[in-house]
Amino acid sequence: MSAISASEKVDGFTRKSVRKAQKQRKSQGSSQYRTQSAPVELSPLPQLKDAPSTEQQELFTQKLQQCCMLFDFFDSVTDLKSKEIKRATLNELVDYVSTNRGVLVESAYPEITDMICTNIFRTLPPSDNPDFDPEEDEPTLEASWPHIQLVYEFLLRFLENPDFQPSIAKRYIDQKFVLQLLELFDSEDPRERDFLKTILHRIYGKFLGLRAFIRKQINNIFLRFIYETEHFNGVAELLEILGSIINGFALPLKSEHKQFLMKVLIPLHTAKALSLFHAQLAYCVVQFLEKDPTLTEPVIRGLLKFWPKTCSQKEVMFLGEVEEILDVIEPTQFKKIQEPLFKQISKCVANPHFQVAERALYFWNNEYILSLIEENIDKILPIMFGSLYRISKEHWNPTIVALVYNVLKTLMEMNCTLFDELTSSYKADRQREKKKEQERDELWKNLEELRLNNTTLVQNNSHGLPGVHNNNNNNNNNNNNINISSNNDTQDKSVDAAAVTSDNNDPDVSETASESTTCAK
Amino acid sequence: MAGADGDDSLYPIAVLIDELRNEDVQLRLNSIKKLSTIALALGVERTRTELLPFLTDTIYDEDEVLLALAEQLGNFTMLVGGPEYVHCLLPPLESLATVEETVVRDKAVESLRKISQEHSPVDLEVHFEPLVKRLASGDWFTSRTSACGLFSVCYPRVSSTVKAEIRQHFRTLCSDDTPMVRRAAASKLGEFAKVLELDYVKSDIISLFTALASDEQDSVRLLAVEACVSIATLLPQEDLETLVMPTLRQAAEDKSWRVRYMVADKFSELQKAVGPEITKNDLVPAFQNLLKDCEAEVRAAAANKVKEFCENLPEDSREQIIMTHILPCVKELVSDTNQHVKSALASVIMGLSTILGKDNTIEHLLPLFLAQLKDECPEVRLNIISNLDCVNEVIGIRQLSQSLLPAIVELAEDAKWRVRLAIIEYMPLLAGQLGVEFFDEKLNTLCMAWLIDHVYAIREAATCNLMKLVEKFGAEWAQNTIVPKVLGMANDPNYLHRMTTLFCINALSEACGQDITTKQMLPVVLKMSNDQVANVRFNVAKSLQKIGPVLDSNALQAEVKPVLEKLATDTDMDVKYFAQEAISVLALA
Repeated sequence: MSAISASEKVDGFTRKSVRKAQKQRKSQGSSQYRTQSAPVELSPLPQLKDAPSTEQQELFTQKLQQCCMLFDFFDSVTDLKSKEIKRATLNELVDYVSTNRGVLVESAYPEITDMICTNIFRTLPPSDNPDFDPEEDEPTLEASWPHIQLVYEFLLRFLENPDFQPSIAKRYIDQKFVLQLLELFDSEDPRERDFLKTILHRIYGKFLGLRAFIRKQINNIFLRFIYETEHFNGVAELLEILGSIINGFALPLKSEHKQFLMKVLIPLHTAKALSLFHAQLAYCVVQFLEKDPTLTEPVIRGLLKFWPKTCSQKEVMFLGEVEEILDVIEPTQFKKIQEPLFKQISKCVANPHFQVAERALYFWNNEYILSLIEENIDKILPIMFGSLYRISKEHWNPTIVALVYNVLKTLMEMNCTLFDELTSSYKADRQREKKKEQERDELWKNLEELRLNNTTLVQNNSHGLPGVHNNNNNNNNNNNNINISSNNDTQDKSVDAAAVTSDNNDPDVSETASESTTCAK
Repeated sequence: MAGADGDDSLYPIAVLIDELRNEDVQLRLNSIKKLSTIALALGVERTRTELLPFLTDTIYDEDEVLLALAEQLGNFTMLVGGPEYVHCLLPPLESLATVEETVVRDKAVESLRKISQEHSPVDLEVHFEPLVKRLASGDWFTSRTSACGLFSVCYPRVSSTVKAEIRQHFRTLCSDDTPMVRRAAASKLGEFAKVLELDYVKSDIISLFTALASDEQDSVRLLAVEACVSIATLLPQEDLETLVMPTLRQAAEDKSWRVRYMVADKFSELQKAVGPEITKNDLVPAFQNLLKDCEAEVRAAAANKVKEFCENLPEDSREQIIMTHILPCVKELVSDTNQHVKSALASVIMGLSTILGKDNTIEHLLPLFLAQLKDECPEVRLNIISNLDCVNEVIGIRQLSQSLLPAIVELAEDAKWRVRLAIIEYMPLLAGQLGVEFFDEKLNTLCMAWLIDHVYAIREAATCNLMKLVEKFGAEWAQNTIVPKVLGMANDPNYLHRMTTLFCINALSEACGQDITTKQMLPVVLKMSNDQVANVRFNVAKSLQKIGPVLDSNALQAEVKPVLEKLATDTDMDVKYFAQEAISVLALA
């Protein structure tokens, strides 16, 4: 412990790799082993293929029952023999249901589903790593995978068997079964989620009576994910299934499906972990719009409502999705949303984060979008012009400036007269804005005074009104900000400015202060 | 309100509403946050007839704005004309209570609960209760979820027919087909039970409780555990066994670890609610099982409750139960495989010594403390050290000091600065218990080493620590052991260390008194005013401002003033600023 180098002592961040290595040492979990007392030792049964056909069914049942025995996979030394027997038996069962015809007699269904339920349905263990970052960290793998994998395999082959009869199976593969299956999608083990995805898809395909139920439960999972826990590992997989389900929706779309789009899929965009399932989500959204173009307006407005305010990475994803939508948009729909949409794009183009600005500017490389813009240049140019003009002069990143010049050039070619008008009125517009700003300040100042006068009158107002916001720190803070930017050569100085800012205890003020400096220039 | 009426012409509602409609979210948000100012400017009449309808009609905005609105409306009673008119606030709040975003909805419900108290019983039945009913039978789950939080506030003040309706609505929501609503109902079950008549608790609540506690979703079942505490408190002792215990036993052995975790987490409350007899017969074995649970989360939650559980055991059998049932489990937990379990245990285990007394502590607990002091996980050691005072009272700290020192030293050098920070915070306590001699001999060097730590937070804490030590050991001790070393750092080549000297002086001057400050510290500070790093110079100005009140006026005028005046003409803007500030605060201008 004492041999920790100075660099490591500086902060905790450098040691992330070390911390991770520690975690990865035991990245296995399972909550399966607790329901049973000590397992009985298994003894091997004769091979199914060697048994006379009259006894095969009986032996099949016995083997299924044998596979209901659960083992502790944390303890890698006990029950080795029995574990191996179960593994071999499961393998044999998988083989048996996938190659043989006529093995799925009616009496086998309860035995089969019983074996499956006993093995796969379990409460998932608590995550080893409460702040699990699926993009960076290794997932916790299911310890009992050697058995569970074969059970999933068996379930899949069972569902895919040509003799499989949903009318019999629906007695066992019922709502409760599906509910438990859906809960397993929260598994951290990607191998398990992959199996579940295929299996649920098969069930959705074969059991018509369960479809509405499955969709509703997925809804509930998503809503819980969005509004309650922000945690569910299988969102991407469920969306992938939904992608193909949406594809098959009949037209006109039922209101239930539209509600799902607006109340579930769009709010899903607010999730912190959006990057993990954004591709699948965007696919679902675009699927909807291809089915029913009239949904374009509400979808775009929904996206604008949830547009990320601070997370640039998410903003880039949103822009990507908007481009996907624009790729399939109908010109009449485009007219309906161009104004709010381009107001947002104009903000993105001026974003100080160059990746956001760049992603937005790439829209002008898209032929179809370009044609839409050209068609509506009278509306779009006035919205875009201010931002583009401003950043062409002051964006820090040369690539962005170059891109902006190209975009300005393209826009100018679309409508030269309008462009010239905007250029000449630019200054006046800015001044008018500034004046409006002043008027607003004035208004609030007057209201504030009025309030102060009134509070003395309204003594019986027990609730108290929010206190006067003190902006006196502004000047002082401004100085510090200038310090940061102008004195970078001496390292001392920048530390000092940061220290002073933190002394002020008012991070908001420094932000507004920096904004006002950019305005002033 | 006469004053407000006169200003109507100045602030036409259109202008104000324009502000609320501004394109910039931030401006809209600012306007909403000052909604009370707008209302005040409009006066109560126009707030009711113009502002509120506008707000109700235009509720489609960013959630952030809606959140601010929901909060504001909770404080609006006086602004619409007092309790008589408070029901005017219901329409906008009703819409807000159906919004998707949880924080907005919760805030709307909170505001509704608040203003429900300002309704007269008649208004409650005419205006408020119908709103609750509408929400409870809403199409989308959000409104039904919100309704769950409103039953308990109106129930006590309405007529018995309306009461029956409310109970019926609550019952319906408890078996809603979306789990979100069932969760909301389950989480309000305890609160609702509290306002119900006892007969209805027995007839209605218990069946709802039993149903929710065996819900198919564990997220619902675990909320029933919370309700269990309130329900058990309400029922007479003789009914507990039949009405509550079967469900509680089942929860303690639920197949989902989340439910068992909840039982462990609420164990002390449950224990108090069910009383000593049931505790002895039922809860002790249940607690043992939780301490031995297969999931570390559950064990950790149970370990956290060890002390409280033991404390609250009935006195006549307390020691026997602890020694035969609890302690064996605790012993196992000391060498648990999971560090969170060990660290949870370490944070409470010392508390057992006061319950078990000196002899048992030495014989049974001391070996456990020592084992945990040597644990590989720093948090475990830290938790033991931070609770030393409990043991100190029972057996004296000397018993531990041999093992204590290596543990402290190791923590003091831990790679995680938060661990170092935590141990610093216990230094004054340790110093007090170990005595000045032990401290000088073993710990003083550590305290000084922290002053040159790489992390600012540690240096800052170390400075503060010195001040507390001086308060404990006195000025003379400071003069001999600390001050020379601190002042020595003024010549360090690293400017951060030079600044630490100044920070130490800021902290120590008052505790050390005028003499030491004037004679030893002041010269050093003054000399540093020539430092080449601006940060040091403006900290000199700040230090002078800080220690000024300790100095006599002679020193202030003759020594401090010229230096500050010089700094006030410094080339650096910040140095100037702080020098001028110091001059004005010390009234040297």
